[in-house]
Amino acid sequence: MTTEHIVVVGGGMVAHRFTEALRARDTGGRYSVEVLAEEPRAPYDRVALTSYFTGRTPEDLQLGDPALWDDPLVTLRRDSGATAVDRARRVVTVEGGREVAYDHLVLATGSYAWAPPTPGADLPGVFMYRTVDDVAALRGWVEERREALGRPVRGAVIGGGLLGLEAAGALQGLGCVSTVIQFSDRLMNLQVDEGGGEALKRLIEKLGVTVRVKTATTAIRADKDGHVGSLIFADGGEQLVDVVVFATGVRPRDELGAAAGLELGARGGVVVDDTCLTADPAVTAIGEVACIQGACIGLIAPGNTMAEIAVDRLLGGASTFPGADTATKLKLLGVDVASFGDAFATTPGALEMVYADPVNGVYKKLVLTDDATTLLGGVLVGDASAYASLRPQVGARLQGDPAGWLLPEGAIERPNVELPDEAGVCSCNNVSAGAIRDSVNHDGCTDLGAVKACTKAGTSCGSCLPLVKKIMATELEKSGIEVSNALCEHVEMSRAQLFDAVRVAELTTFSEIMDRFGTGRGCDICKPAIASILASLYNQHVLAEGRAALQDTNDRVMANMQKDGTYSVVPRVPGGEILPEHLILIGQIAQDYGLYTKITGGQRIDMFGARLDQLPGIWKRLVDAGMESGQAYGKSLRTVKSCVGSDWCRYGVQDSVGLAIALELRYRGLRSPHKLKFGVSGCARECAEARGKDVGVIATDKGWNIYVGGNGGFTPVHAQLLVEDVDDEAVFRIIDRYLMFYIRTADRLQRTAPWQQEYEGGLDAIRKVVVDDSLGICADLDAHMARHVDTYEDEWKAVLNDPERLKQFTSFVNAPDQPDPSLAYVEQRGQRRPATPQEREAGPVLIASTTLEVRS
Amino acid sequence: MTLVEGSITTTRVCAVADLTPELGVAALVAGEQVAVFLLADGSVHAVQNLDPFSGAYVMSRGITGSRGDVPTIASPLYKQVFSLLDGACLVTMDKDPKPGLAPDLAVHRVRLDNGEVFIDLAGSV
Ligand code: SRM
Ligand SMILES: Cc1cc2nc3c(=O)[nH]c(=O)nc-3n(C[C@H](O)[C@H](O)[C@H](O)COP(=O)(O)OP(=O)(O)OC[C@H]3O[C@@H](n4cnc5c(N)ncnc54)[C@H](O)[C@@H]3O)c2cc1C
Ligand code: SF4
Ligand code: FES
Repeated sequence: MTTEHIVVVGGGMVAHRFTEALRARDTGGRYSVEVLAEEPRAPYDRVALTSYFTGRTPEDLQLGDPALWDDPLVTLRRDSGATAVDRARRVVTVEGGREVAYDHLVLATGSYAWAPPTPGADLPGVFMYRTVDDVAALRGWVEERREALGRPVRGAVIGGGLLGLEAAGALQGLGCVSTVIQFSDRLMNLQVDEGGGEALKRLIEKLGVTVRVKTATTAIRADKDGHVGSLIFADGGEQLVDVVVFATGVRPRDELGAAAGLELGARGGVVVDDTCLTADPAVTAIGEVACIQGACIGLIAPGNTMAEIAVDRLLGGASTFPGADTATKLKLLGVDVASFGDAFATTPGALEMVYADPVNGVYKKLVLTDDATTLLGGVLVGDASAYASLRPQVGARLQGDPAGWLLPEGAIERPNVELPDEAGVCSCNNVSAGAIRDSVNHDGCTDLGAVKACTKAGTSCGSCLPLVKKIMATELEKSGIEVSNALCEHVEMSRAQLFDAVRVAELTTFSEIMDRFGTGRGCDICKPAIASILASLYNQHVLAEGRAALQDTNDRVMANMQKDGTYSVVPRVPGGEILPEHLILIGQIAQDYGLYTKITGGQRIDMFGARLDQLPGIWKRLVDAGMESGQAYGKSLRTVKSCVGSDWCRYGVQDSVGLAIALELRYRGLRSPHKLKFGVSGCARECAEARGKDVGVIATDKGWNIYVGGNGGFTPVHAQLLVEDVDDEAVFRIIDRYLMFYIRTADRLQRTAPWQQEYEGGLDAIRKVVVDDSLGICADLDAHMARHVDTYEDEWKAVLNDPERLKQFTSFVNAPDQPDPSLAYVEQRGQRRPATPQEREAGPVLIASTTLEVRS
Repeated sequence: MTLVEGSITTTRVCAVADLTPELGVAALVAGEQVAVFLLADGSVHAVQNLDPFSGAYVMSRGITGSRGDVPTIASPLYKQVFSLLDGACLVTMDKDPKPGLAPDLAVHRVRLDNGEVFIDLAGSV
């Protein structure tokens, strides 16, 4: 059999998918393929173009395995724009006049960025946003202008659609002050409705981007040097600019097809049928250039589907184009926006359910059928967490109470969906729920990496990953396959197993543990986990012999690292009760070292901006005055928040401050799988918010109620009642056991709330263990906690007495007197904060930390 | 002290005995901040102290470890993991580096001589 030659015109994303799919499926080598690309590089990920501004190089944007281009049946010709097609002779002419013959022609020429005819659009400093060359030129220009002008560059993006906002983000990233100019009445008018547009505008403005809607740009004027200088608007307004980006839409590159006499759509594009063939059986068109089912579609997913169909047809298959899913989810400038299905409620009788929270910039809308049962579409702005679960339900009966999808996560239970097999999960790669289930059940995938490799789900935009993971986990659980809970590549056991193993074998060092239960030299996951286990078991110093190298930075220098590499200092203030002289001392230290001070959410005071080499001096003064470490850095007890209680409050029935102090002193320094927070309230009014804590104690007429497993953070949970009306002694005993049992059995970095939920039998089972001693381990738990309480020492005091450990607190091994020269600050509301990159470039406003007067 | 050895400029930063196994230190070499690590096997490695994903000079304060056979250093801020052999970023935590910074670390040549550690900026790998 002779090989037939396919010529693909265009070397973009869809041409890549076509070539890849053809070579994967044409195992018999029926076709050879030659790709004519006008751009000087192999096909790249245009969708990820903006990441070029965050340091990714054109090579990082490469699509797929580059070995594709070495395949003997594949030829890639770069810098080879096609200029004409002669369908009668079946040849394509390439720039320079060379002719290439084909048996089958595939047009994949994509689109070009379109700008409305505007006087001045050709001035230097006006850019398009479509190719790597475009973004490289844009970056070069902004950098050059910044140098030349000596001030932040003023940028404007004309067009407030998806691409315009992306370009505005890129300008912000380059340090420009940017404005988005939108002709229509709202941003992203093609995807979101009015309410969504409003919310989006507010969110974008919060990020420092100015938004002008209903504004038509009539001309671009030059400055005195002939560069772009200002925008002139139809309403007579004018805006000064140093750079302009047009993001006003795309038009299909159908000129070759038109010249070859192929039919064009009403709004351009080479007309094809549902099999992607033109009227000429030897010519296919795919991707953005194709006018399919009456329209050109500017998204990658339908383009990829067309590529797959074209390949299938060439190999004798019968697939047809199913219609495009134009659902979109983006994270623009860190703002979530999603739109799917019938977002504008055009279906007759459609109902709209809207939730709007203007304060937090959240807008959500579901479009439902007139009987409110079937999901038709929706718009999510500011919080698109429900997108992955909702999109596949379009056209199906919405499961559960629709309000559950609209209210903030956690407000009411979100319906637990079990998607039908045919529901699409990953729209980028067209993967259904069934395909994911199959990869688990038939192809033996047992982790997310394997499922991604096997199905391609989640490998493009990534927005479907949470759902992919959930389906995978459910499937694994059903088939009884144990999800690996190995700590990392060095330790096969889970944290709880390792804890028991270390305890029973009485091992006391990292190397002994790795010799017995691990392999290799460890890593940033198992080292801190083992350090934490050792600390919980033996209550030795975090920086004891050989321990320092295991600890996460924060534990290693006993302070929290901040974004610029300096640290915060938080002395313990048990129960939030503080002596005036301690308050004065904290103020004095902050003043002397120029530290930023703030009252924390945990009823104590945080001092920020201390350098590594300043920590011992600061702590010496605190320790000398009788203060001690607050372990704000440790996976250990943080604070016990109290309300004022019966001493002063007219409603208080118990001494909540006294109990809070006693609890904080009892459990201070206790290392655990994650941090621990307590609260104690003096009556049922609950001013200490104790039920939001890992352990909450609330006074009653008869004693105390103990609640456990509360959590703030990303998934807030209220603590649940463990025991009622107990006396002081029982409070300590029960909490001792609850904490020790948690420490022994929880996973790495698992807080009490998820631990308690996932523990088999839940809180009832835990109550049996810690109150009724159903496992017969209470004596052991009590003894373990007693040992902790007896051996507690303040870890900062211990370090100050140890010259060897103090050596770690130097800036440079070869220049201990020289502070880190990279630090820079600006003043804000009478205190200092780290300078932003823009402020650093602006220069003169900086206060170098080293020039602050320091009395140490 | 700066030694000139052939055409290469080499700076002594400290004695091997000043280093604690698996615990990094920062050093200033010709005005550049360098992170230096002594590993348990006795080898010494030097990479840029600048963490590309945070823009802060903190790599010396990360946790050493391994991925397969490759010795690694994890950033203390956002936990990206880098090879100590060629500086390659092995785990990005799905994040991009700060604008203008490459995701990989520069690796500097280290020479041990008579118990002393010398670092050669010019000979970056
Ligand atoms: C300082 C403070 C904010 C403030 O200015 O008020 C703060 C600051 C930090 N919090 Fe927090 N949290 C602070 C109160 C809280 C609270 C409120 C509370 O404790 O009453 C919560 C919600 C309650 C809770 O924990 O359940 C809170 C939930 C978190 C979380 C989410 C935990 C979760 O289970 O999801 C993190 C992330 C983590 O720990 O992994 C976090 C992590 C952090 C870190 C440690 C982030 C980091 O790794 O650098 C911040 C470091 C501060 C520093 O350098 O000192 N912070 N953080 C508060 C310190 C309280 C204290 O005196 O120790
Ligand atoms: C910044 C940006 C962000 C985007 N984000 C998303 C997103 O989040 N989601 C999404 O679905 N889509 C997104 N898109 C759109 C997506 O990139 C396109 O849908 C996709 O690239 C279309 O692929 P294509 O192969 O049809 O066209 P293209 O990728 O444009 O490729 C066409 C290629 O053909 C070449 N060519 C044209 N004419 C000739 C000729 N005569 N001879 C030789 N070569 C020729 C062109 O130079 C070009 O390289 C985005 C686009 C941009 C620019
Ligand atoms: S809420 Fe976020 S930003 Fe604020 S202190 Fe906590 S971790 Fe930091
Ligand atoms: S939906 Fe984009 S990767 Fe799955």
